[in-house]
Amino acid sequence: MSATTVHGTRVQHVGRKKIAGYTVLILFSILYLYPFLIQIATSLKDDPQATAHPLSVIPNPFDLTAWKRMFGLTSDSPVPITTWLGNSLIVTIVVTGCRVFFDSLAGYALSRLHFRGRKALFSALLAIMSVPGVALLLPKFLMVTYLGIYDTYSAMILPLVIDAAGVFIMKQFFDSVPVSIEEAARIDGAGVFRTFWSVVLPMARPALITLTILSFQGSWNEFSHFLVVTQKPEHKTLVTGLASLTSGELGSGTQFPLKMGAALLTTIPVALLFFAFQRQFVRGANEGAEKG
Amino acid sequence: MAGRKNNIHGREGVAGWLFVSPVIVILGLFLVIPIGMALWVSFTDWNGNGSPFSGGPKVVGADNYLSLFAKDGLTRANFMQSIGNTFYYVLLVVPLQTITALLLALVVNNKLLKGKSFFRTAFYFPSVTSSIAISTVFLFLFQNTGAVNSLLKLVGIRGPQWFSDSRGLLHLLFGAVGVPENPSWAQGQIFGRSAWDWLAGPSVAMCVIIILVVWTTTGTFMLMFLAALQNLPVDVDEAAALDGVSPWQKLRLVTIPMLRPVIFLVTTLGLIGTWQVFDQIYVMGKGAPAGTTMTPAFLSYNQSFKSFKYGSGAAMAFVVFLIIVVLTWFQRRLLDEDRVPRRNRRRTNPPAGAVPPEPPLVPVPAAALQESHR
Repeated sequence: MSATTVHGTRVQHVGRKKIAGYTVLILFSILYLYPFLIQIATSLKDDPQATAHPLSVIPNPFDLTAWKRMFGLTSDSPVPITTWLGNSLIVTIVVTGCRVFFDSLAGYALSRLHFRGRKALFSALLAIMSVPGVALLLPKFLMVTYLGIYDTYSAMILPLVIDAAGVFIMKQFFDSVPVSIEEAARIDGAGVFRTFWSVVLPMARPALITLTILSFQGSWNEFSHFLVVTQKPEHKTLVTGLASLTSGELGSGTQFPLKMGAALLTTIPVALLFFAFQRQFVRGANEGAEKG
Repeated sequence: MAGRKNNIHGREGVAGWLFVSPVIVILGLFLVIPIGMALWVSFTDWNGNGSPFSGGPKVVGADNYLSLFAKDGLTRANFMQSIGNTFYYVLLVVPLQTITALLLALVVNNKLLKGKSFFRTAFYFPSVTSSIAISTVFLFLFQNTGAVNSLLKLVGIRGPQWFSDSRGLLHLLFGAVGVPENPSWAQGQIFGRSAWDWLAGPSVAMCVIIILVVWTTTGTFMLMFLAALQNLPVDVDEAAALDGVSPWQKLRLVTIPMLRPVIFLVTTLGLIGTWQVFDQIYVMGKGAPAGTTMTPAFLSYNQSFKSFKYGSGAAMAFVVFLIIVVLTWFQRRLLDEDRVPRRNRRRTNPPAGAVPPEPPLVPVPAAALQESHR
């Protein structure tokens, strides 16, 4: 008798806990996802509708004008989106490729190769990682002007091709892999680069995927660096272009469907990558907390 | 034999330097040397004409730094306002993002609930999207007749004109309890700014940025808490359940003390990240209304690239730099200290099963996480 009562309250208790838990989760999911739904819906509305029904997530009538204007299918497009998109793609692909190669090269050397000054170099790297990005805007501008590459693709790409955090992640990864396989290759007479390229890199696939994703996300979303090293409209990326559109520099008024569409276009590539490689994203986020 | 070994090591030495040379060249050229250049500029009055290094600008010594702290004038007024803004911004953002992240992690980690990966994805997604794109969306949501105000209207509240409202929250609160505007007790000047101005609190416009940043950073911190929660020993949970403690007691007496290192990590990462906010300010008014969303980092950018006072802008950048480096250093120090006493305690009095997770061994690479803060 008493046993069933205890059991009964226990079940009740668990039930209440479940309801409370789901309530929190669902409320927060709405809070986190609804803005994206509004964004998608608004890009498919016309201007008056976007202003009149800001909460509605069903475009009625369905209107593709904003998207047509973005891709230059109407005569009054204020946004050269194909130029922006092209620049974003060029910069992101080059930066990601370079980062993955150079970061893993350096990470491998710092983890495995014995050379004088290795420890000092690693300490310097850790120190560099604590330098805040926002304090580097003016310094980067000074160097880029000094080198005479202001407002060029070189200025956009070169300072980004290596990031200290990526080198750190690769070094930590190589530290966690046993040396035996490489040693076998080395004894067979393969050179250092040969061993790195055909034995070590293929083993490092998980870390390389994480690094690729972080680099892609980082350079695609980059804003302040491009802001200070470029000026010409033809050097705008999706992100810098969107920023000037939103902050009213292009003199385009409210036009929220257009802005939401451009913002959505900026979000889509990273979103696709995110949904395809969620686990690597999660690992990337915890890289500092756990392995660090 | 010995000769051959030496040979291998020699080859490794050359290869090692070759492998790291791109890093040295790029980071040296675009990070280390430029910091030196900016330090030099911060001691000059360079206005963008000619080269800052070959005789053009006048060397003004520490003037640019003095005008931030000691000299009365517009520069100091703006700078001190930006410091005040950031103070309230940090004061709200750090606790809010830490508590929300912990709450979400605890709920998502609950074994009774299904759909864990869906919710984790939903909460983390804003952290990986472009801060400019998200700011654009929030700009739309917080329009005068936007989604937020429409929602407030549904429950009978008339929402403010978010982006043009420069009234401070504390000032509004003072007004509500009957404190007169600019009272006599708040007339004292601190760094050229009246105590009343310092006590303004975050402006209504700044609150939008606070909400936005809490919304975007919570996901990253939730993942850190989740990782730590999953590393907690299971037997502690079971022991607590057997002892019949209530869930609230368990949280307060068992879970939170064991999460101490992560809570500390998240708080300090938050502190460091909040001083770096830039993109959001750029999109949401560039410091307007009335300078109440201006931050030191953004003011440094404005001073350099809009007012062409590069020396003064550089000086501000170095002050921000110093604040963040001190915070980072403080974090690393405390993380190290945190480990020593606990280890001793464990040796003398081992609590059954309640071994707290080790904090990170190497200083945490804040830079690795900065992407998601910005």
